[in-house]
Amino acid sequence: MAAASALYDIPGPKTRGRHRLYSLLALVGIAGLLSWVGYELVDTGQFSYTKWNPFQYKGIQRLLWHGLLNTLKAFGLAAAFALAFGVLFAAGRLSEHRPVRRFSTLVVEFFRAMPLLVMIFFIFVAMKVQPLWALVAGLTLYNGSVLAEVFRAGILAVPRGQREAAYALGMRKTQVMRHVLVPQANRAMLPSIISQLVVALKDTSLGFLITYEEFLHAGKLIATNLDYDLPFIPVVMVIAPVYIGMCLLLSWSAYAVERRGRRSVRLRGGPAVAPAGVPMGSPPEVGEHPVGQV
Amino acid sequence: MNVLTANWSIYWHGFIGTLELTAVSAALALALGVLIAGFRVSPVPALRGFGLVWVTLLRNTPLTLLFFIVVLGLPRFGISFPFFTFAVLALGCYTSAFICEALRSGINTVPVGQGEAARSLGMTFGQTLSLVVLPQAARAVVAPVGSLLIALAKNSAIAGSFSVVELLGTYRPINELGYSIIWTFVWIAVGYLVITLAISVVFNLLERRLAVSR
Repeated sequence: MAAASALYDIPGPKTRGRHRLYSLLALVGIAGLLSWVGYELVDTGQFSYTKWNPFQYKGIQRLLWHGLLNTLKAFGLAAAFALAFGVLFAAGRLSEHRPVRRFSTLVVEFFRAMPLLVMIFFIFVAMKVQPLWALVAGLTLYNGSVLAEVFRAGILAVPRGQREAAYALGMRKTQVMRHVLVPQANRAMLPSIISQLVVALKDTSLGFLITYEEFLHAGKLIATNLDYDLPFIPVVMVIAPVYIGMCLLLSWSAYAVERRGRRSVRLRGGPAVAPAGVPMGSPPEVGEHPVGQV
Repeated sequence: MNVLTANWSIYWHGFIGTLELTAVSAALALALGVLIAGFRVSPVPALRGFGLVWVTLLRNTPLTLLFFIVVLGLPRFGISFPFFTFAVLALGCYTSAFICEALRSGINTVPVGQGEAARSLGMTFGQTLSLVVLPQAARAVVAPVGSLLIALAKNSAIAGSFSVVELLGTYRPINELGYSIIWTFVWIAVGYLVITLAISVVFNLLERRLAVSR
């Protein structure tokens, strides 16, 4: 805890004792909370046989499995399309032609400002698109726009001299981009890209609201079944760890990449690495609409 | 165009609903966020652990799943509130994890000397944090907190698909009345833009007023 050292002294024996007391009190509080939850769970019969019975059936297991696969499918498609969308519009925003730049800026700003769910519903209800493609399209437009800003900020963060040196060598703009700017920006951007993919993965669960048959949708089907005495809590106990586990794995990979990037940056002196999880600072532009990567 | 004028009361109701939901959830998220950030930098290991678990769990849970748990799950527990309270709970707790992390990164920007000076005056941890470090940290994180609140306003749309107290939820009754679905959505979009732009403007002003130059 490097941050904490500024806030309190290294505790002496008396303070350590006091902290132990606080710790004990906090633990008692947390334990009390947990045991209350446990008591409520048992009291409302959440561990009864009927409520857990459905998970033994092959059909139910297959339903959950298909839901999980559908979630991963939507995520894979959305991630691929969003990355392509992001590259395209980041290039558009960095273009030397004003109409292209204007158009790209408009598209990116609009889709970042719209609630994702409104876009998904619009595509699903008004344009009558299949649930999977409505979900993928919505995720692509939103995450693609955020990624476009990540890419743009990454390219702009490469020290100016790099670009100038490349131009001075007689490279054309595409060459400068491909051989000088993108490879350097890539390393700095990777953690932010992965963090945004975590957001996309979390948002695939919005598909549940437009009847796309993904993981949460499968869970709801089981949870609302009267034959099994409405096993809401057991379904949550099965589904939530899977979702949280998937997102945690991705988050940790972002963290690992960030740490590796920071190490090599210190050795070679490249551009600063954006910390994962912390929203990127607004790109340098006046009247900028802030990004909310949540 | 006449979609808006003909259904003004439905739209207005939804717009106010979104505003209320955003404002109350934001208050909860800010209060919880400050508290958990305090936990995470405190000298008491148990509280630090609690803060870490809170942030890690909530940041990696899809908001839809959280709504599912709170709105559909809690009543099975024998806990029943009006829908609005449930929505505030889900949105507030979810956003608090992000607010906590923003604040914590703000605490890291406060020079070490500030804390040391406070301690040398004999201030306790609570005094150092609440009187010296947090006020400066808060000023440093105005911009990120602003984008988090914009995200909160946009996320409140999820509440609309669980119940009709909110702007996105208005499309259903209007759709049933047989109005143009495209224009219905255009006006919903305009409603959200008004809210997010308003937050953005307020926070830009705040940022200019409160910026700390170091």
